[in-house]
Formats: sequence, structure tokens, C-alpha cells
Amino acid sequence: MTVTAKAASALSHLDRLESEAIHILREVAAAFDRPALLFSGGKDSAVLLRLAEKAFRPEPLPFPLLHVDTGHNFPEVIAFRDQRAAELGERLIVAKVEDSIARGTVRLRKETDSRNAAQAVTLLEAIAEHQFDALLGGARRDEEKARAKERIFSHRDEFGQWNPKAQRPELWSLYNTRLHPGENMRVFPLSNWTERDIWTYIHRERMALPSLYYAHEREIVRRGELLMPVTEITPAGENDSVERVSVRFRTVGDITCTAPVASVARNPLQIIAETEFADLSERGATRMDDQASEASMERRKKEGYF
Amino acid sequence: MFDGSPAEGRDVLRFMTAGSVDDGKSTLIGRLLYDSKGLMRDQIAAISKAKHARADEGEIDLALVTDGLESEREQGITIDVAYRYFSTPKRAFVIADAPGHEQYTRNMVTAASTAEVAIILIDASRIIGKGLKSQTRRHAAIAKLMGLDVIVAVNKMDLLDWSRAAFEEIREGFERIARTLDLQPLAYVPISAKSGDNVARRGAADWYQGPPLLDILESAPPRETKLTAAFRFPIQRVARWGETDPGARRGYAGRVESGFVKVGDTVTAAPSLLPAIVREIRTFDGALDAAVTGQSVTLVLDRDLDLARGDTLASADVQTAKSVTADLCWLDTQAWQRGRRYLLRQGTRTTHAVIEQIHFVREVTELAAVSDATELKLNDIASVRVKALDALIADRFDDAPATGAFVLIDPVTHQTAAAGMIREAHDPQPRGPLAEESYEI
Repeated sequence: MTVTAKAASALSHLDRLESEAIHILREVAAAFDRPALLFSGGKDSAVLLRLAEKAFRPEPLPFPLLHVDTGHNFPEVIAFRDQRAAELGERLIVAKVEDSIARGTVRLRKETDSRNAAQAVTLLEAIAEHQFDALLGGARRDEEKARAKERIFSHRDEFGQWNPKAQRPELWSLYNTRLHPGENMRVFPLSNWTERDIWTYIHRERMALPSLYYAHEREIVRRGELLMPVTEITPAGENDSVERVSVRFRTVGDITCTAPVASVARNPLQIIAETEFADLSERGATRMDDQASEASMERRKKEGYF
Repeated sequence: MFDGSPAEGRDVLRFMTAGSVDDGKSTLIGRLLYDSKGLMRDQIAAISKAKHARADEGEIDLALVTDGLESEREQGITIDVAYRYFSTPKRAFVIADAPGHEQYTRNMVTAASTAEVAIILIDASRIIGKGLKSQTRRHAAIAKLMGLDVIVAVNKMDLLDWSRAAFEEIREGFERIARTLDLQPLAYVPISAKSGDNVARRGAADWYQGPPLLDILESAPPRETKLTAAFRFPIQRVARWGETDPGARRGYAGRVESGFVKVGDTVTAAPSLLPAIVREIRTFDGALDAAVTGQSVTLVLDRDLDLARGDTLASADVQTAKSVTADLCWLDTQAWQRGRRYLLRQGTRTTHAVIEQIHFVREVTELAAVSDATELKLNDIASVRVKALDALIADRFDDAPATGAFVLIDPVTHQTAAAGMIREAHDPQPRGPLAEESYEI
């Protein structure tokens, strides 16, 4: 018995998280007919993809990669997305919000509106087109208060909607993977990871990431506490004063709603050190879409968002 | 190899909080996060400006940290399990915040299934002279059923001027419950979640000699240290590689749920009970000599046993049984119906099962057994006899929780109907104590 105790304690917190995520990925491969892994080129989905390699290599991945593309992207993130898919020799499906706009299923008041919420529509269209029954996502419970309440295997009805009041109880690691026709499952292997765990893992695994995750000089405009990147899609206004500042992105989403933070961290260890002293949460420092109302994420999830 | 971050070497403790409505659970969690710097400035700002804040002006309503959903904020209650994360230099923590309403017992069971320790919270100001509430008894019973260690936190002591007599009265009341359940709490601690006394730091009660709550959590023993060393490895899927190679090989991918395994070990496949030797332990990062509880690996055996998902590789002590006695918590709004078939999931195996007999249902207030009960409905906890179509692993939940547990799923609605903990196997195979030598090769 003492041997077990000693052996068990040899598994660190991070090893345990890694093994849990691999276990979940393998459950998805075994229990679903047509799963897909959501891969945007962002850091969390890059970690998820790395864990998928760990779960299945030397076999090919038992699912394609899927990116719901808002069209408002940072070019280096898209380049990284394509590069990773090519390196791994895995199939990448890109579902474009712009195609949904062309079809008329996504309507925006004006061209420059954030397309983040519109991703739910495009995602549901991709699910219908490819008949996906399970989607693996890199969302974490520490990100946001609605996510904190979501199951690892999160059931969605035939309209892709999450019903927080009627979630199936999730016990031990005995996941209930049963679906009725037309329903789908969203599965979150990184549920129990924190921002810090992600960076510790990126460091340990020596993972490549898009360069904008590390400190670089960028033109920004200040909007309250947020730093808005000046880009073609988000140009500076006439009265804005544009500054050049050393920044990095803590999260990467649609360009119109993702702000960088002031930083000099050039590698994962420096980021971990900065995060220790950060007094804003990951999304709080960077995401405009969450700040619209205290229930934004809950509402988006109910509509079929990740 | 890597020591750049203190998080790397730390272990993790998963704990849950249980209490009745308004005992201050959410405030306690808010306090732990706040005092361990697990709350960020924007999150504090969000709860300070939240629409439904209940705190006095100028004070943060810590409870709102965990009331995540809009509908909860409107009703001022917690309706589902929320997970929170924080760490201290000694340990990483995962908190499952389970609501206290009686109708949500299923959420406490859900939270307990992934926790090692339960903090049972008692509102001292409402107990004095009245005795403990029935829900406190129920929370203690569920913690016991699910094998958790218990810490009793007596909250709102500031409202009683930190009265030692009040604390002792509550402790004695809980000890009476604990005795009937054969439960030994790790600690009793008087706290004020609102002021923070004895939560993350020592506080107002000079008569209390013990450590604050956070210190107790930092030193609570991890669960593995109390379990048997029996090896259990439910196979998730069969991995194949080198298909074009005449020596094409297969491995069994899964996670070690209990004990450990080394290259060269003889393992027994269940339910077939056929032996084989572990030839390789593969991971993406290279071959291992041994794998321990919690580790996801792929095992290569020395012979072809034609195994598949649902089979379990185990140490030679493994037994199987088609009929078991189990404690069951009913989780579905649809009550049990005699004769109805359910899907039973244990490890990675899913089979069909029926509940043959209800031995007794525990009634809510005194937890006494009611032996003539004929129905099982939402939130009932019962001892039942379950009969399965295929053989189950005959593990007792207290020895090996990962394989001694199962869930029942309604095959029509697909709802998770019940959580089960095996207490006894009937007519286990192979019979009698196994001579270990017989499997040595």
C-alpha cells in the first residue's frame, strides 16, 4: 500500500491534467461516430491538439480539425493554424462566417460589427453539413462564470442549445455520451486547466505558438483600461491618439473584440511570472464581448456558442 | 526535468462544500478565493456592480463570485455545481460548489464524485438550541457514502460573539451524527466566512487552538494513500499501428484507475479472467517502466487475448459478478419503475441492468432505513440489488472507487438516472481466495 501512495504522489498536478485530457479525448473517439476538434490556432486549442497527438499517435487522429473563421483574423494565427494542420497531416475544415453572411443566415448591422456571436450560427451550420455528433473544444472552467458550471461532456439539443438548468449529472469519469438523433455533444478536455496550467504546459512541451502571444511592439489606442490594436479592420478614429507599446495577447479571438495587454514577456516562463502579478483575469483584460453584460457568455452558450 | 514553475511539482486537492441554503457556502468560497488572491480585480468589480448584490453598501458580496448564472442571480440561489480553482504555494485546489437545497441532492452527489474532502458548513447562528438541520445529516451521510473525508466548518461565529459553548454544542451534535455513520471528521473549525476569521488566517476565537481552514486543506491526506494497491485499467480503445508490417501490433489505450503496473507484470483480463504479461507501456513521450494511478498509457501484452473497449486489465485479485448490492442515489426526475431496464456504465463497459430488489431507502431526517420502500425517486438514497446482463468488476467502492462505482442511464430519455456504489458482490468469480502463485508465469 505504501508503494501505491508513493507512486501516486509521483504524478504532478500537470501530469494528472494531461492524463485526464487524454482520457477524455479517447472517450470521444470511442463513443462518437463523427467527432471534430475545434482548432483556431489559439493557445488553448494548440494545447488541445497537442494532447490529441498524445492520445492517438502513431495512429492518425480519429477526427478532423474544424475552425469557425470569423474572417476578422490576425494573419499569423491563420498561418500557424494551417502550418500545424499540415505538419500533422490532418484534415482541416474551415467554416466561414462570411459564407453564412452570404447565405443570409448571419446578419450584422454594419460590416465592422463583432462577428464573435455570429460564430454560433456558422458552427451549427457546419455541424449540420458534416453531421458532427461531438465537438472537442479548448474552453476552460476558470475562464468565465457560465463555463464554471458546464459539464465536461455538455449536451446540446437539436437546436444546438445549452440548457444550464437541465444538465445531466456528471459523476466520476463515467461520462454519459448518449445522444438522440440531431443532438450533439460539446466536450471540453481542458475544463480543469487554469491559464497558468496552460502556460506551464506550453513551456514543458516546448510548444510553438503564434508570435503575438509574446511581447512585441504594436500600435494601439486606449479605450478605458483596454488597449485596442490598430488594424485594417479596427483602424484608429480621427481623434484617437495612437501609441506604440510593447504588448502581448492573452487571448486571441475575433480581431474586433480582442485586446492585448502591456507586457515584456518573451517566453512562457516570463508570462507565468507576469500572470502571477496580474490583477485582471484573462478575459477581463482582453475581451470586449464579455463586458457587454454580466450574462453575455451564458446567453451566447444557450444559443449554441462553444 | 522541468522546475521553472512551482505549479509543476505541487499536488492537487479536490474538495467540495456542502451546507443548507444561506449557511454561507458561496461566501466561504468567495473568501477562500479572495484571500488566496484567486480573484482578479475585474471579477471583484463585476460582483460589486452586479444587479442583485445583497451586501451592505461598500462591501463586496463574496457569494456572487460563485453564483454564475443569470437565473441564479435573479433568484439569489445556486442551482448547479460550479467548479473553481485556486492555489497556494503548497497545493493546487479544485472546489466543487454544490447547492444546499434538498431538491438538488443530485448535485451534491455529482460534486462529491470528483472530490476527496467535503467541507460541511453549519450556520451556528441558526442552530443554537434547535439541533442540527436534517440537511446537515444528509450531507454527512452522502459524504460517508461517497468516501470523502469531512471537515466541519461552523460558520457565522461572529454573530454569536465567538461563543465557545455554542461551538461545542454544535460539535457534540455533529459527533452524534458522525458516530451513527461511522464517520471521523478530520477537523472542526469555528469560522466567519464573511470576516475571514479562521478561514485563511487565524482569527477572533482565542480559545480555538487548531489551524485555520486553509491550513487543514493544505495538509489533508490525498485519497490514493488510503486505497488498496489493486491494479485496474479499463480499456478505452484498441490502438493499432504498423498495419503493413507483418508484426502489426495492437495496444490497449486507457487510464490506470487504481494501483500501478510495471513491464513484466502478469495481468488478468476481466471479465474473461485470462492472464497475460505486460510487454510494453507506451506513451507519446516514449516507453515507461511503470504507470501509476491517474496515468493515461497504452499497454502492449505478450499475447493476443482479443480484448476490446469495456474489458479491464487488472491484478490477479480481480473478481467479477453479475449481481451486486449497491448504494444508489437516484438522480432523475423520472422515478424508478420495477422491471425497467437501464444502461449500466462501469469503467468503460456499458451493459444492461435491472434493479431486482430494494433492500431499504434512507429517509431524509434520521437517515434510518425504511425497508418496506417500493419506489425510488429523485434524491432518494437506497440500498439495492442490481443484476447486470454482463459480468461486472466485483470491486467494493471503498477499496477502488473508480471501478466500484457505476451510473445507470435511462435507455429511452438518455438521462443519467442514478449513481451507484458497490458494497458487496454476489457469487463472485473466480470463487474463494485466489492463490497468487497460480497466476505466476
